[in-house]
Amino acid sequence: MSSSSPFALLANATSVPWGDVPEWPMPEFRNITAAELDRGARLCAWFGVPEGDATRVVAVIAFDADNTLAVGRSAPTSGGYPALTTSHPQAHMFERELWEQHGLDPKGHPWLKPVRGSAGGAPAMADFFRVDGREVHEVAVGPVHAGIIEPGHFRFQCAGEEVLHLEIALGYQHRGIERALHGGPRRGTASQMEVVAGDSTIGHATAYASVTEALSQSEAPLRAQWLRALALELERLANHTGDLGALANDVAFLPTASACGRIRGDFLNLTALLCGNRFGRGLVRPGGCRHDLEAPRLARMAERLETALADVEQATAWLWDAASVRGRFENVGTVFDRQASDLGLVGLTARACGLVRDVRYDHPAGWYRLSQAPVAVWPGGDVFARARVRWLELQRSGEYLREQLPASAEGAIMQELPPSCPETLAVALVEGWRGEICHVAITGADGLFRRYKIVDPSFHNWIGLALALRGQAISDFPICNKSFNLSYCGFDL
Amino acid sequence: MFILDTLIHRLRRGCETMDYPDGPPPSLPDRHGGSLRVESSKCAEGCADCLSVCPTSAITRPAGRGISLDLGRCIFCSDCVGACPHGAIVQTGDHRMAVRRREDLILGAEGQEEVRLAAALDDRLLKLFGRSLRLRQVSAGGDGSTEADLNVLGTIGWDLGRFGIQFVASPRHADGLVITGPVSSNMETALRKTYDAIPDPKIVIAVGTCAISGGVFAGNPEVKGGADQVVPVDLFIPGWPPHPLTILDGLLRVLGRLDERAAQKRP
Repeated sequence: MSSSSPFALLANATSVPWGDVPEWPMPEFRNITAAELDRGARLCAWFGVPEGDATRVVAVIAFDADNTLAVGRSAPTSGGYPALTTSHPQAHMFERELWEQHGLDPKGHPWLKPVRGSAGGAPAMADFFRVDGREVHEVAVGPVHAGIIEPGHFRFQCAGEEVLHLEIALGYQHRGIERALHGGPRRGTASQMEVVAGDSTIGHATAYASVTEALSQSEAPLRAQWLRALALELERLANHTGDLGALANDVAFLPTASACGRIRGDFLNLTALLCGNRFGRGLVRPGGCRHDLEAPRLARMAERLETALADVEQATAWLWDAASVRGRFENVGTVFDRQASDLGLVGLTARACGLVRDVRYDHPAGWYRLSQAPVAVWPGGDVFARARVRWLELQRSGEYLREQLPASAEGAIMQELPPSCPETLAVALVEGWRGEICHVAITGADGLFRRYKIVDPSFHNWIGLALALRGQAISDFPICNKSFNLSYCGFDL
Repeated sequence: MFILDTLIHRLRRGCETMDYPDGPPPSLPDRHGGSLRVESSKCAEGCADCLSVCPTSAITRPAGRGISLDLGRCIFCSDCVGACPHGAIVQTGDHRMAVRRREDLILGAEGQEEVRLAAALDDRLLKLFGRSLRLRQVSAGGDGSTEADLNVLGTIGWDLGRFGIQFVASPRHADGLVITGPVSSNMETALRKTYDAIPDPKIVIAVGTCAISGGVFAGNPEVKGGADQVVPVDLFIPGWPPHPLTILDGLLRVLGRLDERAAQKRP
């Protein structure tokens, strides 16, 4: 399929000269992108690159079945173009962002409003979709929520208990990460990338490191790639365990909630055993890793991993046994598979709708070229399916670590990188615990970042939560929200 | 028979709450390194090796003097420790870092080599909060990790509730505010409103490097650069994010609970 694509093809974590990226006038580029999406491609990124007073639009698409990425661009343009969203809903948030950042008007976009409100004030200032009627009432929640959690605003249109529509307005966490990357990298850039989403430190840091390495036509030493894969799976284990505990807590099933709260810490402490920091800060850098896993440390990790895996297996077994839990998980917060594929959902949310979609399998890079964990899929699209996929991934990541811990590559863990190539575009996808993390960098004539685009999986998936709430009781919002557990700061950047 | 299974399992595991602060604190991971000690008297003339490796510009060297390191901007990467040829910056392995005043995090000068740990609240506040402190948490540009480790304090291993400290849903029910994140401009209004909604007297605790100084985002126009730019702060707890032990130490310290326990142990 991809072989006949008019776009420039490239593999994950590689680069292509900016000049080799094919270019079309904007309306034509929009139609060609639409045709590629019709042929089964998936939109990974759609963003603008300033060119004088005008803007070039860049599309990064993925042909998952062919293990290939493809990239195309428009000629410098301004004003507007016929929206892609009308025929391909997966572009809806990208086109809003493009409009907010560059003023390009996607004509016909059904719901054009700010994404982050980065021009001052949060997007909750804008109008919300309203359902009229005497029986209908509106519920506003946030930005400050009732727990220890990041801020965002949720606006529900309800008829009694039933939610007719939920609109999610974010932007409160906007820290200007993408803008600050312009003209980079700088001394602190690698650290900033570790907190794009603080619970996905390894995922985002690996994507950034891979992009930087691809820009300098180089790769991290094999041993560093091994370490990154171990750390990424530990990150997945910790977060999935915490989420299963939190889901149990939301349905008042306390044995699993208490146990998973503690076991999550055990997994975080394994990351800390490797690099000193429970979230993996300071481990991954362009060129390699900063800490090694020597034999005695590796033995300790393998031993503690076994204990934690056995504990989590026990704690989650109770969860599946309890009829009260199944009663609250099943047929709640359903996203249909057709919706998931139309909206381009990614990661465990997509896999819980039966879609086989996993960067580690579809676009393997780094250590995943040499070793693979089976993709965990469950049909149904409800809270139960999302919990079940997490549980499957706990087992598979655990098994992966068991296999890969003794399979290390010898050698250095860090190497000097040659300078970045000028006028080059590089793409890196990483399957973080939430899903596909996409980083795209374009360098200028000086080899510095001319544009750096970050797409957190949450950027694709928040709309999934909104759809999951349709027809649900509003009291099911906490458990639906927890079953997605999306990042606010990863979206807000 | 899952109910029986879970009960037996729980009984077999016994109490999983740590002994600290009655017993010794759990040990930090060996690569964590803990707090820093900076002796600027060891700095050689004209040396600036540590300045160029610090990712957050936490280290400065005023003309004619040794270096000064701001632990409130530090992300504990320890690059400076490796870069210093004179041993002027060393890791102490100590988890205790919480301070009452921002300037107590500036390390380097003679007598100020390490953080000046937080003193307890005054008697009036201690009488009110010492045995029961209700906190409202606001993440203002926080990345989710500090929030996660605050939640960890509520798990069975740490059991914050045993100290009478609890996170509550409404600012009206709170005695204090815990702030994480560099305070994004988009959250400034919400943060102020939450602060105003907490009845007096109240305390404010900034947790994590970002909340203290903006951290890796200091200087970005999209953030205010720390909680104290918006509301007065009574306790600063450094870390990126702080280890749960560091946060717990700060909370107990400001409530005078650590002194109290030490006093009880004296013969």
